[in-house]
Amino acid sequence: MTTGLLFALAGAALFAMGAAGVVLLAQILRRILAFNVMGSGAFLALVGLAQRDGAADPVPQAMVLTGIVVAVAATALALALARRYRALTGRDALAGDD
Amino acid sequence: MKRAAVTLAALAFAGLTGAAMLELSAPPVRLAAQVAANIERSGVAHPVTAVLLNFRGYDTLLEIAVLLIALVGLTAVARRDDAAPAPSAAEPVLQTLARLAAPLMALVAVYLLWAGAFRPGGAFQAGAVLAAAAVLLNLARLLPAWTSPGAGLRWGLAAGFLVFLIVAAATIGEGALLQYPPAWAGGLILAIEAGLAVSLGLTLAGLFLFLSEEERP
Amino acid sequence: MNLAFDLLLAATLLWSAWRALAAPALFRAVVMFIVFGLLMTLAWARLGAPDIALAEAAIGAGLTGALLLDALGALRRRGEGKG
Repeated sequence: MTTGLLFALAGAALFAMGAAGVVLLAQILRRILAFNVMGSGAFLALVGLAQRDGAADPVPQAMVLTGIVVAVAATALALALARRYRALTGRDALAGDD
Repeated sequence: MKRAAVTLAALAFAGLTGAAMLELSAPPVRLAAQVAANIERSGVAHPVTAVLLNFRGYDTLLEIAVLLIALVGLTAVARRDDAAPAPSAAEPVLQTLARLAAPLMALVAVYLLWAGAFRPGGAFQAGAVLAAAAVLLNLARLLPAWTSPGAGLRWGLAAGFLVFLIVAAATIGEGALLQYPPAWAGGLILAIEAGLAVSLGLTLAGLFLFLSEEERP
Repeated sequence: MNLAFDLLLAATLLWSAWRALAAPALFRAVVMFIVFGLLMTLAWARLGAPDIALAEAAIGAGLTGALLLDALGALRRRGEGKG
């Protein structure tokens, strides 16, 4: 069990946890948290599986670096939409979800 | 009922994926070796920077475009009420700390940008530190929140993407897209990284500052 | 020794993610998410990816945490204003 494989397994567990959170949680902010957990799990699986032999691999590391920056931009946009939604409707969850 | 079904499905997914991961054999392709074989021609000494800015430069070009689009979307959605919240008192300790830390953070950002060619660092880390300095200044009420961007800010936000596009257009005669001439690769990568760091710092700071409702001093 | 540390880190990673998703108070959930981000930084360092560790610490834990806390404060203010 190398470090890469261990963290890849943890990444799969995080992805499943985050996916369940997105489906089950009602509040938009909590869904954004769960979505970020999903993303981190996917990144761990990507790098962990590529490095399951123990050697560092720069290509998936570069992809994950790109992914982290895009994830924060998507989170910021989602938060702006959540705040606007709250200002327009006064609700914390999408209609039909709570 | 729904909770039980979703939890079961998530557990099953995690279990199946974990079992599949444990069954994987050795990888047939060794990308690390291919990167190491070509790294002298890439213009930098650090493999991750070489992959980001040279071998997979196209992905980085598209990524900076995606960031810009996300920022435009955010400024379109963000709206502040005119009934702003009551301002809290200014905190002298925080302001002194911010005044001391911000120039140091700018120095660290420039170092990270330069060091990205030889050791871990690069444009993304430098831009992140710059954005963190801007957020710190805003939280200490030394930098007002941004409303609509002026001309300077717009140029700064677009600079990274523009520099990248100009370099791509200038080197298009080399054959493939973003294939730098080997003698110029190091200098071109540094120029692109500088533009990316400035643009990324402003964009990431803008993601926070266009939404922030801190009172102006 | 290394494997024990990695196991502990992975277990704490999963625990902090669980607490971030399941905490009853939203503020606590956001704080646990920032903790999760910092533990991810350690995980990247263990995986031999210092570039990602730097970016995760600054962007994943720092900037995302600041954005979430700011949004939380704004949503609270709006909630109290509308009553």
